[in-house]
Amino acid sequence: MADPMRIRAKIEGDKTVVRVLMAHEMETGQRRDSTGKVVPAHFIQEVTATHNGKTVLAAQWGPAISKNPYLQFQFAGAKAGEKIAIAWVDNKGDKRTDEATIAA
Amino acid sequence: MHQVDHARREALKQGSATAIFGLFVAAGLVRPGTAHAAWNQAAFSAKTVDAVVKGLGGASTAPTKDVNWGSTPEIAENGAVVPVSVTSNVPKTESISILVEKNPNALAATFTIPAGTDPTVSTRVKMGETSQVHALIKADGKYLVATREIKVTLGGCGG
Repeated sequence: MADPMRIRAKIEGDKTVVRVLMAHEMETGQRRDSTGKVVPAHFIQEVTATHNGKTVLAAQWGPAISKNPYLQFQFAGAKAGEKIAIAWVDNKGDKRTDEATIAA
Repeated sequence: MHQVDHARREALKQGSATAIFGLFVAAGLVRPGTAHAAWNQAAFSAKTVDAVVKGLGGASTAPTKDVNWGSTPEIAENGAVVPVSVTSNVPKTESISILVEKNPNALAATFTIPAGTDPTVSTRVKMGETSQVHALIKADGKYLVATREIKVTLGGCGG
């Protein structure tokens, strides 16, 4: 299983700003190794952010997202102390979900 | 001495974070993976901007200037990590997609923006070479596109 995500969620004004750093190879499938064999593609395809059971951001990604992906977005309606959950699924079916507490 | 303490603190922090997460799973607070909509193979394998729009279910695009590129650079030193930030000022923005025209497949990412979420996203993308980068905004059922060129001094395809 992949390493945990680093999630920072902070109230700024009336919005919650969420910054996520995921640990993932994001292999494009275009690269060859030293023996000339194509390195198979391995990348995150879907990302979902949830707050109080409501999806606050959904994304589909291709292999052009950089290694160890960074994501920042912001939404309204959350309070400090509540949780935000981020989940991803990659093209091999691996998945990971992490949670963070929203800071004031 | 300080270094040793640091390593120990990091280890402790990581250990407890993992343990806490385990508890959440056990308590059923976090569902490990939910049923998800199928990944849009057609849009992500498209080579051109028009083909991406078709893959996403649109017909045509209109140019727009209502996009703020935020901290997106005009010159990127490292094509493997190009920060891209897109803020849509178009009312009723439903989704934001990021396209790199000269990449093997143009579409890098598409973000669905539910009500209550601001139409602004930042991420990092790979760019093989200097290229036009498009922000494709879906708003009120229509597709609008804003474009900026990002110069790459070192390609990102070598990984």
